[in-house]
Amino acid sequence: MSTDWPLWEVFVRSRRGLSHTHAGSLHAPDAQMALRNARDLFTRRSEGVSLWVVPSSEITASSPDEKDPFFEPAADKAYRHPTFYEVPEGVRNL
Amino acid sequence: MTPVTSPPHGHAAAAGANGAPGADGLDPEAVSAFQAAFDTAVAADERIEPRDWMPDAYRSTLVRQIAQHAHSEIIGMQPEANWIARAPSLRRKAILMAKVQDEAGHGLYLYGAAETLGTSREELLDKLHAGRQKYSSIFNYPTLTWADVGAIGWLVDGAAITNQVPLCRCSYGPYARAMVRICKEESFHQRQGYELLLALTRGTEAQRAMAQDAVDRWWWPSLMMFGPPDDESAHSAQSMAWKIKRHSNDELRQRFVDICVPQAEALGLTLPDPDLRWNEERGHWDFGAIDWREFREVLKGNGPCNEQRLEQRRRAHENGAWVREAAAAHAAKQSARASQDGASRTARSEP
Repeated sequence: MSTDWPLWEVFVRSRRGLSHTHAGSLHAPDAQMALRNARDLFTRRSEGVSLWVVPSSEITASSPDEKDPFFEPAADKAYRHPTFYEVPEGVRNL
Repeated sequence: MTPVTSPPHGHAAAAGANGAPGADGLDPEAVSAFQAAFDTAVAADERIEPRDWMPDAYRSTLVRQIAQHAHSEIIGMQPEANWIARAPSLRRKAILMAKVQDEAGHGLYLYGAAETLGTSREELLDKLHAGRQKYSSIFNYPTLTWADVGAIGWLVDGAAITNQVPLCRCSYGPYARAMVRICKEESFHQRQGYELLLALTRGTEAQRAMAQDAVDRWWWPSLMMFGPPDDESAHSAQSMAWKIKRHSNDELRQRFVDICVPQAEALGLTLPDPDLRWNEERGHWDFGAIDWREFREVLKGNGPCNEQRLEQRRRAHENGAWVREAAAAHAAKQSARASQDGASRTARSEP
């Protein structure tokens, strides 16, 4: 039986104006300790102004083996990109 | 090790629902399709991520290498921590504490990366404590004087950086990402060591002699950190094919020697190798033969500090058990209390 503390995923906002980004994971008995450990582990050199910790077991991920069918609907819709459209020469600010 | 197909915990955005498909329970045709996808990704310099299919041998090689790397980081705290209480100034003490704390952090990044492969923290530590997984032999040498702290920073961390920079492009994503963080932090380690030695070489004659003695003792073991010569290295060829490793042991060792020679000159210290000379033709420094017998002896457990290092690690783990248990008990109590409060609030709000 594993006696490891639960696993947490850590997200760091490196500075105001940016999103939180996944930094890594750590073990901690509860959310408060996870936050403190995350501070000591991932922001020893002022790399962050805000931290999120999320129990790893609470994350639902898409599965890599259904990668193709899952993301396939986006593949044939080139018209979602501005480069799809023809713009006559000389037309500006479009 | 047994191939583990699904991480025990949902790990890193990586995980969640089901584990990656493994060889078990798949028909050979599906396996060869997975193998082809894996080979293509590696060939295209793409990263393999935790839930991707990967060959069992790739997984077990990575677990072995990352575990050994993680163990080295935390065992490596010991020889330097030995000098924290005796650091000659508050400045040096603060620096050394920060460095030793970084080593703990590096261990944690790496254990985290290993765990994405389906092993657990507990299993890794158990194997370290039982002597079934190794750590770098370099940490089985003692730190006899204060100058050793400098020599470790300059040479041992220098060798580690030479080894680790190419690992930032390793084919396994979580390992590569851990290495990026580690390499960023390592350069302070190397510089503080070099500066420490510089202070000693500019000091009294006794201090200069102490610095020279430390370099004399750490030079050869540092060269051994790159592992056995290419023609004797058991795992090298396969690891390079998988792009876990990017350069051969001998190539990295040569790179390190070339870097160190001018740095030693700037310190006014000599490297303890009478065969060290510039080879115009090769454009590299030639260096003397390494005593691989010593390397194998230390690896086998007969180095000066093998027993002491493992013993101290086991003791630290056992002595910390009550803290881990108390924290877990506290967390359980808090969450029980929270759900009780929640229940009574719900009860009150009902008519």
